[in-house]
Amino acid sequence: MNLIVSAIGQGLLWALLGLGLYLTFRILNLADMTVEGTFPLGAAVAVTAITHGFSPLAATLLAFGAGMLAGLVTGLLYTKGKIPFLLAGILTMTATYSVNLRIMGKSNISLLGQKTLFSGSFMTSLPQYFDSVVLGMIVIVIITLLLIFFLDTDYGQSFIATGDNPVMAKSLGIHTDATINVGLMISNGLVGLCGALVAQNNGYADVNMGIGTIVIALASIIIGEVAFGELTLSQRLVAVTLGSIIYRLILLAVLQLGFSANDLNLISSIVLALCMMLPQLDKLFHIRKPFFKGVQTND
Amino acid sequence: MTEPMLELKNVKTIVNPGTANETTILKGINLTINDGDFITIVGTNGAGKSTLFNVIGGNLKADAGQIFHTGAEITKTTEEQRTTFLARVFQDPKLGTAPRMTVAENMLLASKRGEKRHLMPRRLKQRMAEFTKLAAQMNNGLENRMTTPTGALSGGQRQALSFLMATLKRPDILLLDEHTAALDPHTARNLLHATNQRITEDHLTALMITHHMEDALKYGNRLIVLKDGQIKADYNAAEKAQLTVDDLYAYFEM
Repeated sequence: MNLIVSAIGQGLLWALLGLGLYLTFRILNLADMTVEGTFPLGAAVAVTAITHGFSPLAATLLAFGAGMLAGLVTGLLYTKGKIPFLLAGILTMTATYSVNLRIMGKSNISLLGQKTLFSGSFMTSLPQYFDSVVLGMIVIVIITLLLIFFLDTDYGQSFIATGDNPVMAKSLGIHTDATINVGLMISNGLVGLCGALVAQNNGYADVNMGIGTIVIALASIIIGEVAFGELTLSQRLVAVTLGSIIYRLILLAVLQLGFSANDLNLISSIVLALCMMLPQLDKLFHIRKPFFKGVQTND
Repeated sequence: MTEPMLELKNVKTIVNPGTANETTILKGINLTINDGDFITIVGTNGAGKSTLFNVIGGNLKADAGQIFHTGAEITKTTEEQRTTFLARVFQDPKLGTAPRMTVAENMLLASKRGEKRHLMPRRLKQRMAEFTKLAAQMNNGLENRMTTPTGALSGGQRQALSFLMATLKRPDILLLDEHTAALDPHTARNLLHATNQRITEDHLTALMITHHMEDALKYGNRLIVLKDGQIKADYNAAEKAQLTVDDLYAYFEM
């Protein structure tokens, strides 16, 4: 039971990562590698700020701002520098690694004995692991509602149009460079926020904690889509959070089978790959006709 | 209005300047477009028709010459800035609409063409009746698909929607780049008919590229022949009425 509560708590905290990536991956149609740098950046900024006497809330907001800044760098490299998007993200991600080391001064900082968002008297009064469920829930509800509001505004609609059809968006006077930059800032801000919360929950920040985050984010998005099918945009945002929780439960099940935490990135990738191949696998194993037709028309 | 709606003065565009492949596409275009002109444009592939539209639309900058909109120079303004007075319909139905957004959402986007978009609720419901009524004017069942993502529409419906979106907020200048070329003959005729009706009833100023000589003669009150980056002929309504399809073909055989 405790393990399941823990998995749900982790799912809620990490859902922010999925929501952030959803804005770029699904709405802007851009695969943003920046998040692998932004996640530990958020953690590094929050933990360093806390150890320098900032309040946990201020430190967390700082992490959000740092994430936005990283997103803006990728956005400017792409929109103004005309660097291919995937490469722009990889450049920022790589550069961020050094920045994170500079911020922290070393590769790992512990929060032992420090105040965090999880150390208040209310949080510590909760049963084990319920603190992450409560905080995760509060943050996810607030962020999801804000995103739903944002996407339903005139500006939000122009942001969606930019991803859907940039040629049309421009012809209607939408400044697509600006909407892309704003989208990347919000997205990476959320990822930085996620890094800050996860670091406080774990009790430390580590420069290597970003490895594999893009796969985790994609897994939340894809699992949510595979599990819940056709949805409205607002429902899709909720599905990302549910997908993130399901992903954690899958990991829990796999760990119970005897795999170690060292196998997590391998398992994450396999889970994501299987989910993404699902339509193809379905074709192969359920509808055999198209398969044979494909062979026949090869003459 | 005393100033012409749009004026091009000696506009040139050069591809690969300074290299061995340097090519001049538009070789000094002088064109005055008056309020209410509905100009059909014909010309071979490579004559510079699309380049002309791109230079007017602003997604291609003129390498020489000047462009004026109601007397104000706009040569250096961006594509986004020009959308305040200019609307376009592309040849490819895929380019004119956002596929994952619904018909109504697309129309709402178009109703704010060229305007600053704020962090204010979009209020789509309040405009649904108005949009449905407009969609019904296209006579192709578009009004029954207001909440359908445009990616699920037929090419004809999509292109009709693109046209509707371009005229939803009255543009000073409407550019139609072979907007019926990708459609079947029947659908193309319907859209062309609706186009003509809308332009003449609302007295819009429009430029329409077409490869159909019959259509070029039938529609509009002015006809321009573009060849090798230059305007070879510019017929007014009276001269155009005397023209035949064979007269136009003669320009292509030289």
